[in-house]
Amino acid sequence: MNRQTGKVVGVNGNMMTVRFTGDIIQNEVAYVVTGDKRLKSEVIKINGDRAFLQVFEFTKGIKVGDDVEFSGEMLSVQLGPGILTQIYDGLQNPLPEMAEKFGFFLPIGEELQAISSDKEWEFTPTAKKGDKVTGGMALGHVPEGIFEHKIMVPFDLTEEYTVEEVSPAGKYRIKDTVARLKTDKGKDINVTMTFNWPVKIPVTAYREKLQPVDPLETKVRIIDTMFPIAKGGTYCIPGPFGAGKTVLQQITSRHAHVDIVIIAACGERAGEVVETLKEFPEITDPRTGKPLMERTIIICNTSSMPVAARESSVYTATTLAEYYRQMGLNVLLLADSTSRWAQAMREISGRLEEIPGEEAYPAYLESRIASFYERAGLIRLHDGSTGSLTIGGTVSPAGGNFEEPVTQGTLKVVGAFHGLSRARADARKFPSIDPLESWSKYKSVIPDEQRETAKRILSKGEEVKQMMKVVGEEGISIDDFIISLKSDFLDGVYLQQNGFDDVDAATSGDRQQYVFGKVIVVLEKEFVIKEKADARDFFYNLRHKFIDWNYKKMESDDFKKIEKEIDKILEGDNNEESMHKNP
Amino acid sequence: MRKVCTKILNIAGNVITVRTDGVGYEELAEITSVRGKSLAQVIRLDGDLVYLQVFAGARGVSTGDEVRFLGHPMQVGFSDNMMGRIFNGSGEPRDKGPAITDNLVEIAGPSANPAKRVIPKNMVRTNIPMIDIFNSLVESQKLPIFSVSGEPYNELLARIAMQAEVDIIILGGIGLKYDQYMFFRNTLEEGGALSRAIFFVHTAADPTVEGLMVPDLSLAVAENFALHGKKVLVLLTDMTNFADAMKEIAITMEQVPSNRGYPGDLYSQLAARYEKAVDFEGAGSITILAVTTMPGDDVTHPVPDNTGYITEGQFYLRNGRIEPFGSLSRLKQQVNKDTREDHRAIMDGMIQLYADYRETEEKRSMGFRMSDWDKKMLKYGGLFESHMMDLGVNTPLEEALDNGWKILADCFKPEETNFRSELVDKFWPKQ
Repeated sequence: MNRQTGKVVGVNGNMMTVRFTGDIIQNEVAYVVTGDKRLKSEVIKINGDRAFLQVFEFTKGIKVGDDVEFSGEMLSVQLGPGILTQIYDGLQNPLPEMAEKFGFFLPIGEELQAISSDKEWEFTPTAKKGDKVTGGMALGHVPEGIFEHKIMVPFDLTEEYTVEEVSPAGKYRIKDTVARLKTDKGKDINVTMTFNWPVKIPVTAYREKLQPVDPLETKVRIIDTMFPIAKGGTYCIPGPFGAGKTVLQQITSRHAHVDIVIIAACGERAGEVVETLKEFPEITDPRTGKPLMERTIIICNTSSMPVAARESSVYTATTLAEYYRQMGLNVLLLADSTSRWAQAMREISGRLEEIPGEEAYPAYLESRIASFYERAGLIRLHDGSTGSLTIGGTVSPAGGNFEEPVTQGTLKVVGAFHGLSRARADARKFPSIDPLESWSKYKSVIPDEQRETAKRILSKGEEVKQMMKVVGEEGISIDDFIISLKSDFLDGVYLQQNGFDDVDAATSGDRQQYVFGKVIVVLEKEFVIKEKADARDFFYNLRHKFIDWNYKKMESDDFKKIEKEIDKILEGDNNEESMHKNP
Repeated sequence: MRKVCTKILNIAGNVITVRTDGVGYEELAEITSVRGKSLAQVIRLDGDLVYLQVFAGARGVSTGDEVRFLGHPMQVGFSDNMMGRIFNGSGEPRDKGPAITDNLVEIAGPSANPAKRVIPKNMVRTNIPMIDIFNSLVESQKLPIFSVSGEPYNELLARIAMQAEVDIIILGGIGLKYDQYMFFRNTLEEGGALSRAIFFVHTAADPTVEGLMVPDLSLAVAENFALHGKKVLVLLTDMTNFADAMKEIAITMEQVPSNRGYPGDLYSQLAARYEKAVDFEGAGSITILAVTTMPGDDVTHPVPDNTGYITEGQFYLRNGRIEPFGSLSRLKQQVNKDTREDHRAIMDGMIQLYADYRETEEKRSMGFRMSDWDKKMLKYGGLFESHMMDLGVNTPLEEALDNGWKILADCFKPEETNFRSELVDKFWPKQ
């Protein structure tokens, strides 16, 4: 394709107006040449001979009359072995290498290659001459950390091809040809270990999309037990600032039972991002014993990076996630926060002088949110195996008001909702997921009847507490009072966790089933206690035991010892006498 | 070589338009009018029309005044000679001293590469228990003080500045009342800190747009000192005035308004400033403390709301005290694991109980009979407020933690408090 050129005729913030000749593509990447710099930008609107370009960098110094070069390509990411363990910005520039090359700051107009083209990979072919293949099918694999990275037919090759030749096992670089395919019409195609894919287009190089059913263990009790997530499903975590969204995402990224975690910071605080950046390489993956980073990719756009790069970061992250899903892996994408992504959209829309919708968000906000979450899913690949992409997005609504457009647009399309509450966060309850407001359409590791019992106690407990606010503690019956104590007990010993304690921060599915069984015994048991003060003493004592229990490793002697003490309390309490002897 | 225009086409608010070519976006110009010289910055290019924001305001500017383009964006000097000096929103001396012309650097430079940051790790001790125990301030943190007018937020800023162990204090005043400006100067002078302070002050009496540059000037100077290994504390007050000045320009420019009339890029604009807070690998650091006054005490107002999503926590100031609820230091867990083993437990446990106290207090005010348990809670709440929350308390962290255990033991039995047994055995005061 002929490369088109144009000239800048206007600058307004990071939006440029460019006069061009010939044909250009909507969402095409273009470069503004100003002085010795080339600033990357994207075509976001075309009107006659004028194109509106959103610049991915700061626009300081651009002049009217500066040259613009159109690339003929939409904004794409490079796919291939070597993506895992990387820390990229929203445009797939590797940040540690940028730091090595350019120092403390992110220079304007500089790009670096996303994947090393020098590194050699040990290729093992799996396809043979004569095989019929299409986009997404494996031709071979290379080892990438703990995974078998499949070398696939590029996703944009959607017809059926015949394998003419596959390279023998050996060391190759990503740009080396590893296979030659032939089309029906006899045209040859050389396949290397890398290809590009436009980030805003979902990858669909699979056989079919399935219903997500298997629970995805996050090891957060309130999530797995009460409001579970499914492999290939979607969920959102809305909450006001300070309610603990980021910490919850961090814990999930470490402990969730998936192959690969992709963290997308779309306008995140650098002080928090740097924690992830520096700590992940040091942390040992509890599952593999290898550094956690070996199964992680971080897309890092701090809030001060240019808005267009922030807007594209979720798409970059999703595309990388889809790529690994195509290999039959279970991938979890954590986007923090989708509100900042939506705000970036709003900002761009404002610059384009589009008619604003609700709260000045663009009218297409909801459809953009929906199409983002729809990229999640459990899929069956061409070879019959499955892969999954689970998407969890945090939402940061103004003042924690869930009625606002981003939260509402998200709630329509996700399978689970973990609403964080200001009141619970204020009371230092972690996670501050509100058990009365949250919901999930997925299956839990805990039997449904038990979950229902727990929910019933929680909502009845809340009713009693509301009642107590009106009629006082003396105004309610001892039975109701015990229900409110049971509900507090469930909350205190099970729904809350200490995110900083190694044992308590991550509770496996097995342990959840075991401990929840014991909690249910307490919830279902009828206690005969006459005085409210005695009931309070009794439950506080029990709570204390359970909290100590939570800190002990499951197989340990201490765990068993405390369990015995708990059993003793639960057996010996049934009459008032023993209550008084052993309060 | 420098371009000069002598015909101003439009004047709207503080924005003027001239016709010329070859000027860059965000380039500076100097306007000479009968009222003197003022800097102006290019804020939009449209064909050969150039829109400029006049820092000293367009009042009194004539269509025939001279507009001379300087060929570069806004710059500021940085040198040790700036210590103890006071500048205005254009970077010119506000005191009688000479202009700073050495080591000129562009302001509002590019973003720091997150890969070159170190994890924040040094606690900034303030001896204020509500900060040290419950929401520790950390070097390189960006933290606003959410407040309403009338609260002693500047006093709190000054107290922290005096007690913080930093090399340089930079005060950026935006729409600062004159007496508050004098207060900062006098406090720092009396505390012997003026010689390591640099002021960029825009007072409420100065033209609004002149305040727009104050954060960038302050942070550019801070950044260059930090790159030279210095620990810098930047105080910005009040960032709501900064946002309001941006709103004024955006509306003059007929931009499509976003939430409550603020420009659509409010978040990006605030973030570009706050994200300058940094701890550089192998160099110095910038810590930012900023005041955000909340119009109508409304935290959902766009300025505090956007700020909250950018900054690493916030201190809510209400009734002269730092509120335990809503106040937050997101970086506290980086430092409170290394202080004392009971720090985190006291931090969470005492606040949980204080939340219960607030509920009890609510019941009491509605006239309910107080049970023995309620009475315990009321006693606890009273002690907590007077020994922990009062801003007059000036106690080192360790002593404050001990006081915490004393308050707990005064009110409760150990099992009533949620603390794990190991800590109770070690720290619960023996009767």
